Amino acid sequence: MTDDTTAPAAATGGDPVRGNLLFGPQPDVAGAAGYTDHPPRVGFFTDTSVCIGCKACEVACKEWNAIPEDGLELTGMSYDNTQGLGASTWRHVAFIEQRKPLGGQEPGVGHEDVDVFAAAGQLGSPAASPGQPAGSPSSPGPGATTPEPGSAPAGAPAGAISPVAPDGRTELRWLMSSDVCKHCTHAACLDVCPTGSLFRTEFGTVVVQQDICNGCGYCVPACPYGVIDQRRGDGRAWKCTLCYDRLGVGMEPACAKACPTDSIQFGPLDELRERAAARVAQLHAAGVPDARLYGEDPQDGVGGDSAFFLLLDEPEVYGLPPDPVVTTRDLPAMWRHAAAAAASLAAMAVVSFVRRPR
Amino acid sequence: MTGSDVTRGGVEGARPGRDALTGARTGRRRRRRGRGEQAMVPDVEFSSYYGKPILNRPTWKPLDIAGYLYLGGLAGASSLLAAGAHVTGRPGLARAAKLGASGAISVSLAALVHDLGRPARFQNMLRIFKPTSPMNLGSWLLVGYVPLTVAAAAADVSGRHRIVGAAATAGAAALGPAVATYTAVLLSDTAVPSWHEGHREMPFVFAGSGATAAAGLALACAPWQETGPARRLAVLGAGLELGAFRLMKQRMGLAAEPYEQGKQQRLLRAAEALTAGGAALAAFAGRQGPRAGGALPMAYAGWRGLAGGRSRLLTVAAGAALLAGSAALRFGVFHAGVASAEDPKYTVVPQRERLEARARSDGR
Repeated sequence: MTDDTTAPAAATGGDPVRGNLLFGPQPDVAGAAGYTDHPPRVGFFTDTSVCIGCKACEVACKEWNAIPEDGLELTGMSYDNTQGLGASTWRHVAFIEQRKPLGGQEPGVGHEDVDVFAAAGQLGSPAASPGQPAGSPSSPGPGATTPEPGSAPAGAPAGAISPVAPDGRTELRWLMSSDVCKHCTHAACLDVCPTGSLFRTEFGTVVVQQDICNGCGYCVPACPYGVIDQRRGDGRAWKCTLCYDRLGVGMEPACAKACPTDSIQFGPLDELRERAAARVAQLHAAGVPDARLYGEDPQDGVGGDSAFFLLLDEPEVYGLPPDPVVTTRDLPAMWRHAAAAAASLAAMAVVSFVRRPR
Repeated sequence: MTGSDVTRGGVEGARPGRDALTGARTGRRRRRRGRGEQAMVPDVEFSSYYGKPILNRPTWKPLDIAGYLYLGGLAGASSLLAAGAHVTGRPGLARAAKLGASGAISVSLAALVHDLGRPARFQNMLRIFKPTSPMNLGSWLLVGYVPLTVAAAAADVSGRHRIVGAAATAGAAALGPAVATYTAVLLSDTAVPSWHEGHREMPFVFAGSGATAAAGLALACAPWQETGPARRLAVLGAGLELGAFRLMKQRMGLAAEPYEQGKQQRLLRAAEALTAGGAALAAFAGRQGPRAGGALPMAYAGWRGLAGGRSRLLTVAAGAALLAGSAALRFGVFHAGVASAEDPKYTVVPQRERLEARARSDGR
């Protein structure tokens, strides 16, 4: 399992632009890693358009994997106090508050037939109706966004959400996105690991073997997404394992299991890609032109990710790199330049010893 | 995507005739201190997540890893000097270089192991052989190189096993250039913009820097009469280092900016001055000749007796400057990389430009 799949490529070189084992599309990742008979490649499709920022994934991940506490300070920048992925944060929910007339979270897309407010009005008292006067047990509390009957602006139906703009778009939106290790097709962390501690699983994911990691920290700057990190006081590198232990017994990862809105979807990658393409088409049809997939393209700089995302804005807004490239893509060129430099160093030394006439 | 905000002091950042947007915040604002005029070119605007870095900061300790890079270069080039001196019959230079190489690489290995935390962890590096990992290849290189330098130095000092010593000297010289340059690949094979973007030129910078360090050590420690090759190596190495570094910064684009800021800028300025000055001083001292001390004023006569005259002093000063310059370069490069990883601008802006260029070329 610790054999490095990409090792022969550096020796043989290969096409520097496309198609060597260090870079480019790789349809059978686990097969290339030496698994002859293996289950399909699995991954996450994180649909941020339905994320509600509940952080259940963060908590479930911590609980299942027994990850230690990673600092309890309040950053004051947003609802996000974990700030980014790290050794003790394997799921991270980003919160972006935007004042942009671009259309907000669209939880109603695909659920046109369900009136959630009517349904919410029925909670607790089966006889209550949404139009009941204030003060009754089922009326909205003081902080509720539903206006009281009679006070609703013109054009808005009483008891319903008042749209700020005529087309139903709000001028403020929250973007919430649960970030995770991408389990790249060409994983820089795995490529540069000097011990073989990082390995490719039969599911096509990337996992650190903690008994072999020697704490060199090389994977940390190698990751183009800033995922893996070294744990203080431990020295070893840690990151999301895509719940390798759960996958092995046919269960889904803890975060996907805990997600109440199915923002995090787990499954075979091919199936997820189909589902994601359909969801983007649906959002575009519903008038959310900013919806785009991130990390699903096998032609991208890392050969596509096992964990990919549906985003509603540019990737950098969420703290994701816009066009990441696996660092080892340029490794053949690096070794060539280093060899040339070594040769020039030796040549300089020889020249220095050539006795010149005085 | 700048935006305006209503604050206690009034509206900030409003652009007349536009919708007042408060989108994602732009990157950190550069502080300009003590300047009376506004820059004509506005700062690069880009989106980021609250200015938080995209990459995780390298966790390497500067003293350990920058020191490791420096000592590796010093040792690798010293092995070349040692072999040359061995062959051309310069026993003093050969001994200084052999001792320097073995000492430097031993300390460098110790620094690497110290960075790992527990010494036993080093052996995990040798579980596999992995060409995609420069650190793995470097570990194997050191496993071969360290014993050779130690054997060469031991044979030289003890005066026994001369044939073994000569073979070890030759073997160390064969591996030396690789030891001096692989560390550039070690840094470049990361996503850190200011390291990765320099992957073509950095091996040459490190080769030159290793040459000046080794020449500096030889100038400082070897007998004056035998330091001719070291002086020439100092001049050649300084030329390669400074030239390749200039070229690297020119070709890097935005990723060159961290080299021009903060403490790494001071370190790199010092490195440039010390290396150029040291090489010039070494060349000058060589032209003076060993008897130049005879023309000294009487006040220096005492020094002549102690250290062999003014040339000796100049040579030692040149050597010290070259050693310090090489060290400053490694620490400067290290800190520049860390600075570039900490600011999302250096990750986002070049990648965004790349995407837009690709979209333009696809659209044609």
